Amino acid sequence: MELDSVMLSRILTASTLMFHAIFATVGVGIPIFIMIAEFLGIKRKDADLLVLARRWARGYTITVAVGVVTGTAIGLQLSLLWPSFMQLAGQVIALPLFMETFAFFFEAIFLGIYLYTWDRFSNRWYHWLLTIPVVIGSTLSAFFITSVNAFMNNPQGFDLVDGETVNIQPLAAMFNPATWPKVFHVVMSSYMTAAFILAAIAALAILRKKGSDYHKKALRIAMVAGLVFASGTALAGDLSAKYLAEYQPEKLAAAEWHFETETNADLIVFGTINEEGEVSNALRIPGMLSFLSGNSFDTEVIGLNEFPEEEQPPLWIHYAFDIMVGIGMFSLLISGIFIVLMLFKRFNEWNKPLLWSIVASGPLAMIAIECGWVLAEVGRQPWILRGFMTVEEGATTSGDVGIALIMFILLYIVLAIFTVTVLTKMFKNRPPEAEVEKRYPNGWVE
Amino acid sequence: MSLEVLGITVLWVFLYGYLIIASIDFGAGFFAYYARVTKREHIMSKLISRYLSPVWEVTNVFFVFFFVGLIGFFPDTAYYLGTALLLPGSVAIILLSIRGAFYAFGNYGVSNNTFFLFLYGATGLLIPAALSTALTISEGGFLEETENGVVFLAGELFTSFYSWSVVLLAIVSVLYISASFLTFYADRAEDADSREILRKFSLFWSAPTILASFLVFLSLQQHNPEHFEKALDLWWMFGLSFVFFLIATILVYMKKNYGIAFISVMLQFFFAFFGYGASHLPYIVYPYVTITGSVVNETMGTALIVVFIAGLLLLIPSLFLLMRLFLFDADYVKGKK
Repeated sequence: MELDSVMLSRILTASTLMFHAIFATVGVGIPIFIMIAEFLGIKRKDADLLVLARRWARGYTITVAVGVVTGTAIGLQLSLLWPSFMQLAGQVIALPLFMETFAFFFEAIFLGIYLYTWDRFSNRWYHWLLTIPVVIGSTLSAFFITSVNAFMNNPQGFDLVDGETVNIQPLAAMFNPATWPKVFHVVMSSYMTAAFILAAIAALAILRKKGSDYHKKALRIAMVAGLVFASGTALAGDLSAKYLAEYQPEKLAAAEWHFETETNADLIVFGTINEEGEVSNALRIPGMLSFLSGNSFDTEVIGLNEFPEEEQPPLWIHYAFDIMVGIGMFSLLISGIFIVLMLFKRFNEWNKPLLWSIVASGPLAMIAIECGWVLAEVGRQPWILRGFMTVEEGATTSGDVGIALIMFILLYIVLAIFTVTVLTKMFKNRPPEAEVEKRYPNGWVE
Repeated sequence: MSLEVLGITVLWVFLYGYLIIASIDFGAGFFAYYARVTKREHIMSKLISRYLSPVWEVTNVFFVFFFVGLIGFFPDTAYYLGTALLLPGSVAIILLSIRGAFYAFGNYGVSNNTFFLFLYGATGLLIPAALSTALTISEGGFLEETENGVVFLAGELFTSFYSWSVVLLAIVSVLYISASFLTFYADRAEDADSREILRKFSLFWSAPTILASFLVFLSLQQHNPEHFEKALDLWWMFGLSFVFFLIATILVYMKKNYGIAFISVMLQFFFAFFGYGASHLPYIVYPYVTITGSVVNETMGTALIVVFIAGLLLLIPSLFLLMRLFLFDADYVKGKK
């Protein structure tokens, strides 16, 4: 691996994006939970749930702040590290980039209002209404920015004639074939990840203190939503596989170690691969890859050998794929079990092994998000704009990327340490029961 | 109005908006820290945090809006400025990140942490310095186009008289704008102690602001005579700017009409900033990028304008609501809500 400015730019972009993805994901996912908790709290006049909404919102503010600053960083780094790419992208894809800032603006304004008006309205529903623009704003920014990423995977809406971009159609570029499956997958998986992170926090509190009502209510909300969103994510994943089979077969083939074009193609789960491209230790599910690609065992799946070697993505993305899908299945399973136990009274849904699995599911969901993005991004190597511009052609010629990389890595380490410390401090010495007592001394909401 | 003029006007309005609200924010951070170390914290910092807390994220968006819009309307600037600004831009992002994150850590997480407040105050003065290098570079002389791409002449920038005079202007204007606004805000809050301190700050920083402005003019004459000549043609804008400066200073000195005084400060910077911008045209990055040569294709330009108008229809009522709830709500300002 040669550490030229192309490689350093890739490492810096990857570091920023992977760090930002953590905060962006919870940033998209958590508002909906604040919305649900406050809604149920007002409707049921439940003091616990209103305090829950407040505490989720308080923690959320810290993650939003880090999300905002790292989002600003990646926004600027795109131009600083990939100037030629942005010159072209500016011509074709400026529309969703521009709209994303509007969505972000909208969310910023209403989040500010929401956080400082808890007790300002005599009618509680007015305050709850403020969560709607926050949810819409955060989900729309995910939508717009994902459509930019979709465009990089599936560029369309322009022609390249002698290096000039002509016949530009902004809407065609924005709503390319990759946009819907990607947006659906990103939004569902963000909601899902937020659900399992909030569930993990509640489960840990129950394990430590053996069940207060507050945490049990939190866990129930998170688990019901977790099951819904995990199912949605699985459906979105299936649509994504079908999209890949049709439009980006080289990514699917590399992720699945599928070399020869054939019908009735096997799905390879786990396993290792050697230099000669021989797979061992794998679980092969006959015909499954064909089935996933087109709902029929007769679907022909294009193999990696059809592509010139310099246009093939690296084969290690298979591991990222397996981890992502594996964690998705695990989350679906434990949230399913929890719901079943919850519905039938004679079982105990608060048993230790299940609670510990829920604790694990939070960080695991975040790992799945990172693996999913690594798969999506490394899977379109060597292209920055598939079929049009390679990563090498898009990178900066500046010699200073190395210094910038070191500075940013240090920044992310500092931010990570302080985020964790501050979040822990915020909640550790302020138990929810005391807050309920203080805010609603009668135990209920008038 | 042609597409490119419309585009640059929209962007310039947003940059001006950022200039004002970010200056208030950056200066407020510095004053809050200053109040802490001089043990006068109980006087000013509550007032400052009451203003800043609900709006800090919105301030950040103005900035993002500007640079995303710039690349949207004028994609060539991404190529030239992107390469040149890698280092100063990275420094600015890192400072902005530290500032934004530690503001939230300090305000929502653990309160009364002097180290967090120090980071917040110090970065508030360094960020304008780092960001102003983008304006300096756009004057030309710090970029060279070779066969291998654009080369940034960092040494030239660091030794340029012009560059340093811009940095100086950026820092003192931040303190001046911020103090003028906070004087007005303290007056509304009927917080006489804070108002007196801030009023002194405002008067103290007014002289350096106007001196630094003249310094920038002088050094511009040396650095880019063509731009200087065009600025002279627009002398009336700079003249108006000076008139509003006098109005603002006199009002603050006479202790009355702080609201009108702050509006005069805004108009002072409005005329100076638009006069500077108008005389810079048609260049965005002298002499490589002009607004006519780099403007985005017409289809995209039209789409951006449409989205821009739709966005404003959404934003203006929302911003209005935000201001009504926090800036113009007398009870909130006084700390009763």
